[in-house]
Amino acid sequence: MTLTAIIFAGILTYFTRMTMIALISRDMLGDKIKAVLEYVPSAVFPAIIFPGIFINDFGTFIEMNDPKIFGALVAVIVGYFSKNIIATISAGLVSYWFLIFVVFN
Amino acid sequence: MLTKKQLFTRGMLDISPHMLSVIPFGIICGAIGVELGFHPYLVYAMSFIIFGGASQIVFLQLLSGGASSLVAVASVGIINSRHLLYGAVLSEYLEKLSFIKKLLISYVVVDQGFAESNKFFKKNRSEEFLHYHLIGTGCTMWVCWQIATLSGIVLGSFVPEELGLKFAIPLTFIAIVVQDLKKLDHVIVMITCGLSSLLFFDAPFKSYIIISPIIALFVAALLLRLKK
Repeated sequence: MTLTAIIFAGILTYFTRMTMIALISRDMLGDKIKAVLEYVPSAVFPAIIFPGIFINDFGTFIEMNDPKIFGALVAVIVGYFSKNIIATISAGLVSYWFLIFVVFN
Repeated sequence: MLTKKQLFTRGMLDISPHMLSVIPFGIICGAIGVELGFHPYLVYAMSFIIFGGASQIVFLQLLSGGASSLVAVASVGIINSRHLLYGAVLSEYLEKLSFIKKLLISYVVVDQGFAESNKFFKKNRSEEFLHYHLIGTGCTMWVCWQIATLSGIVLGSFVPEELGLKFAIPLTFIAIVVQDLKKLDHVIVMITCGLSSLLFFDAPFKSYIIISPIIALFVAALLLRLKK
């Protein structure tokens, strides 16, 4: 029962991946649409970033002094200047841990 | 001109830093599935059949919360519909591939792989075997995801919950978009998407994840019109 649902979810997910790559030819998209598609990373990833920072596990907004906001800011600054993915993630995590384990403890 | 092997390796190298967040997240996903009371085989089957990070957790949480299978399947489809946008962007670079190759390569298109390969594609348009970069990012992600979720299923949540490692996921995506903060138009598009995602967070079926990119792309279209 659950396995059937998983298989349907898998087929559906596969179609989201495959449709635009295999079934749509690039010529079907006009120049205007191609220009807009340049913005896809900037238009999609904040929908993962913002809720990941500002909304907690219970689906409610966090306080404005939440350590995650500080961690995210540190990650943005370190990422902007270092251009390094590992440095960005580590800086965010370490500053977050510093606040929850050292400062607020 | 780079060889297939060089491009594949380059893809692997470009995505590997993201494993810092993907592996802990995979372990957590596997462990949560078992904790929610699902059979370990089923939890693992998802990593293979769906292969889609957060959507796997949402699926199990909905089912264990008493939602119908239809609702759970629909939610996975909506959460993963963002791949349609990735495909539209990637199609330009994969056009020359045969239909079969396109069908195969589609299975490994994931967020971080799309992001890193798209960056590489933009800078190296003339390479003949560009798609090997995407295969490199996708396969690295696939192998790590299988191992990580499997370890979470077998060993339980051996990653201490107090560390809050789920926070590494937004950080990994910050690392992806942070350089675009130099461009005002991109900043406007990002803020539009981010604020919309908070505004529509409670929309049914987790649809904020596709509603906010659509709103942000409309804003991008407006910005392009203003620029002219």
